[in-house]
Amino acid sequence: MTDGATRRSFVIRGVAGISALALAGCTAVSQQPWIDPLLRSAEALTKRVQRLFGGSSSLAQEFTKADIAPMFRANGTLDPGTAAYQKHAAAGFKDWRVTVSGLVDHPLSLSMDQIRAMPSRTQITRHDCVEGWSCIGEWTGTPLKLILALAGPKESAKYAVFRCADPMTDSDGDGVNDTDFYYESLDMVEATHPQTILAYQLNGQNLGIEHGAPVRVRAERQLGYKQPKYVMSVELVDSYDKIGGGKGGYWEDQGYNWWGGI
Amino acid sequence: MTITTDPAPHPAPDGRAAAVWAAIKEFLTFGANSDPNAPKSWFYRHRLPIRIAHWTNAVVITVMLMSGLQIFNAHSALYWGQGSDFAHPLLSMTAMQNPDGTLKGITQIGSWHFDTTGVLGASMVDGQMQVRGFPWWATIPSPQWLAMGRLWHFFFAWLFVTNGIIFALWAFASGHFKRDLEPRPSDITGLPREIAHHAKLQFPRGEEAKKYNPLQRLTYFAVIFILGPLVVLTGLTMSPTMDAAFHFLPWVFGGRQTARTIHFICAFSFLAFFIVHIVMVILSGTWNNLRSMITGSYEIEGGGKP
Repeated sequence: MTDGATRRSFVIRGVAGISALALAGCTAVSQQPWIDPLLRSAEALTKRVQRLFGGSSSLAQEFTKADIAPMFRANGTLDPGTAAYQKHAAAGFKDWRVTVSGLVDHPLSLSMDQIRAMPSRTQITRHDCVEGWSCIGEWTGTPLKLILALAGPKESAKYAVFRCADPMTDSDGDGVNDTDFYYESLDMVEATHPQTILAYQLNGQNLGIEHGAPVRVRAERQLGYKQPKYVMSVELVDSYDKIGGGKGGYWEDQGYNWWGGI
Repeated sequence: MTITTDPAPHPAPDGRAAAVWAAIKEFLTFGANSDPNAPKSWFYRHRLPIRIAHWTNAVVITVMLMSGLQIFNAHSALYWGQGSDFAHPLLSMTAMQNPDGTLKGITQIGSWHFDTTGVLGASMVDGQMQVRGFPWWATIPSPQWLAMGRLWHFFFAWLFVTNGIIFALWAFASGHFKRDLEPRPSDITGLPREIAHHAKLQFPRGEEAKKYNPLQRLTYFAVIFILGPLVVLTGLTMSPTMDAAFHFLPWVFGGRQTARTIHFICAFSFLAFFIVHIVMVILSGTWNNLRSMITGSYEIEGGGKP
């Protein structure tokens, strides 16, 4: 072969090789065991830098009544559908309780009346879904910081873990979810942020079932999946490794980032 | 090749074949409308930092675009303002069912509706027509997988920003910006003539080829120093934490959904730049251009202006 032919066949083989690699890249690389941890390594950096800018007290923008969306989009679970939940709904959630436990000095079990009797905060904020859409609504609820203060968090508490009434998996194939209950976690900075509330009203009305009745988390500097609905308990922990799939939340266990600030 | 019937698989090139090959070589080296008889000389065109930044960007922007389309597919519609007016998107890619049960992909822009079955709105995945904005071959990863698309996007975003900042600092410090990228008033006034030259595939020769032409200068400046920062800032405006930290971000861009739409337009501006860039690279001397961006060496038709 001449030099030219050698060079040409090298170029052709090179282009073919790179194309094959690129195509394989699109389909297979994401499934390689090493790629997930590598890509995920950026999450800690993102969190650290966003916290550097956002700090513990920067407030999400609040809007006016005129900005409120005519229909607030409901997403995720629209009705937990379990017998226990239906019973609560039928009774107007009068027996619903939110427990506060874990690394606290005084574990609590609060009724909805007790939560409503506490000082409230009303905020008109923009809900940002991980899918990309946004909706503006007016939320009223009890600052989580006040509830946690009643319970007295211990020094060692690092995360607030929320457990919810909505099951995410249909284990017996009858078309109704019955297991794998939604859960989420926020770190103490986000959990005690002034705009982080246990919300029981949307646009001046008690929460509808599709919006998480009777009570949901609003954490306004985070994406929607970090703001669980149908909240039954708040547990303060020093690690979420042994809870659920160990990643800090239902969607995190499905591969989503724990840091939901972007 | 294993053709054994022909005793001479590489026949001696006759005059015509040699001439065609010479013309191809000439085209691949000096592009359209060159003068094969002009004397040639070597020129060191791109310094190492430019070459590194360029190839880093080639990979990073490709991944950013394709993982971005994966993220877009999670909600394949664009809006204006802070919130999403779901009933009136600016643009959407949706699917509806034909009477026979098959899927029809529809792309809507304003009041226009286009049947884009097979590409946008509905396309084939593993032999099955599926509802999805952009098709499998345009997204990273290929299947609908928002969590993984976000991992790719936010990892490569750091590379994009780091590469951009290092390049910009180097460009200012080394004089590359002042000498090659900073637009001059004459670039604007000479723009119509320059566009005409490009359209006629008349590329600079000799000494003129040693520097960026006005159209290159304006384009590279706009892409690096306007489009680059704009795509980063509109991307950050979609982050609720960044918006809490910097209230001016959603204010400047007129809301999170507007920022998302601008981000999308930026992404496709990068794609448009990329396509024109590749066409120009091919037409103005493919191999010579590629070599100069790999080794730095560029062969010019020397001996002054033609």
